[in-house]
Amino acid sequence: MAKGIREVRSKIKSTKNMRQITKAMKMVAAAKLRRNQEKAEAARPYADKIQEVIASIASGTSGSKHPMLQSRPVKKTGYIVITSDRGLAGGYNANMLRAVINKIAEKHKSKDEYGIFVIGRKGSDFFRKRNYPVLEEATGLPASPSFADIKKIASSAVAMFANEQIDELYLCYNKFHSAISQTPTVKQLLPLEAPESNNNRAMNYEYEPSSEEVLANLLPKYAETLVYSALLEAKASEEGSRMTAMGNATDNATDMINRYTLQYNRARQAAITQEISEIVAGANAQA
Amino acid sequence: MSKMTVEVVTPERVVYSGQAEMVIARGVQGDLGILPNHMPMVTPLKTAPVQIKVEGDQTMRMAVSGGFMEVRGDKVTILAETAELPGDIDVERAKAAKERAEKRLAEKYPEIDFQRAERALQRALARLDVTK
Repeated sequence: MAKGIREVRSKIKSTKNMRQITKAMKMVAAAKLRRNQEKAEAARPYADKIQEVIASIASGTSGSKHPMLQSRPVKKTGYIVITSDRGLAGGYNANMLRAVINKIAEKHKSKDEYGIFVIGRKGSDFFRKRNYPVLEEATGLPASPSFADIKKIASSAVAMFANEQIDELYLCYNKFHSAISQTPTVKQLLPLEAPESNNNRAMNYEYEPSSEEVLANLLPKYAETLVYSALLEAKASEEGSRMTAMGNATDNATDMINRYTLQYNRARQAAITQEISEIVAGANAQA
Repeated sequence: MSKMTVEVVTPERVVYSGQAEMVIARGVQGDLGILPNHMPMVTPLKTAPVQIKVEGDQTMRMAVSGGFMEVRGDKVTILAETAELPGDIDVERAKAAKERAEKRLAEKYPEIDFQRAERALQRALARLDVTK
């Protein structure tokens, strides 16, 4: 019986250690989530402004003919897939990747019809292992990435569209609703939908050198900004998802500890009872 | 002297926001000096220093790359991929970047990305310029 007690005690101890770790990870994820939300907030003025200017150009010049605004026959499709570098985030990566491969399976017949730009080690490992055509990847991004961290992959994806190597570009990321709810989203990035001007009084800007050239300059920037804001949102989702997963793990560990403690106490009590009855039996025999 | 609102915004944060008397920037077609009540205008900017005259002799300089400027009524907004105040710039790093870029441009190998080296050189020069 004593052996059973020792085993249960070591199980309790290791589960307690585990709970400590998952609890700490939950706390860290909560702090990172807050930081990422602030960062997403800070990025908004830039995106809003650029959108406003593009909207006023697009509405001012009738039928702007920039190639990034026009859809053309699709021969090849690009996907930008945003995943995380680290696991322990519940279904975060699995859900995202499933949504992507479903989309691909439904739209394409052969591997020549699409290419993948992948952000995050989990996604990169997944696609490489299964021989999906990965065009470019970015891994090892910091917890709160800066614009420069993804500038390269974003601009090369946009450049491939501009050079007509790909004819449409989708952005796949986990949309952030709240700390406990995120949904995998596949959204069309290019060709861009001309943003609607929300104020009716269109400004009569003077464009230097010309409205077409300003537009040509701004549209790639706008697309990159969209990728960046999607990344920030995905990072917030990742931390939210990790927070929930680690919260659940902590709860489960607590349950297990309670169960083991009960088992331990029962075993201990049984041992004591047995000892007493042995002593009593021995005393009786003497008398 | 009348003033206008000036904002410098990057994807990461608002670098500067405040009142100023004049903004001097290098547009794609040449240097521009913007005073209050300038007509509405949008132009891309070259990678170069931007000067903001806050008041009298007090001037702020910052290194701006990949940016454009919007002027509307009494508000000037500069949107840029990077905008750095002199305090944020690592002079040693900028110097090293400048030398590297100059070296790349001097060696006339066809495989080097000429445009990229040139852009790197411009950024380094703009950074060094504002820290002077």
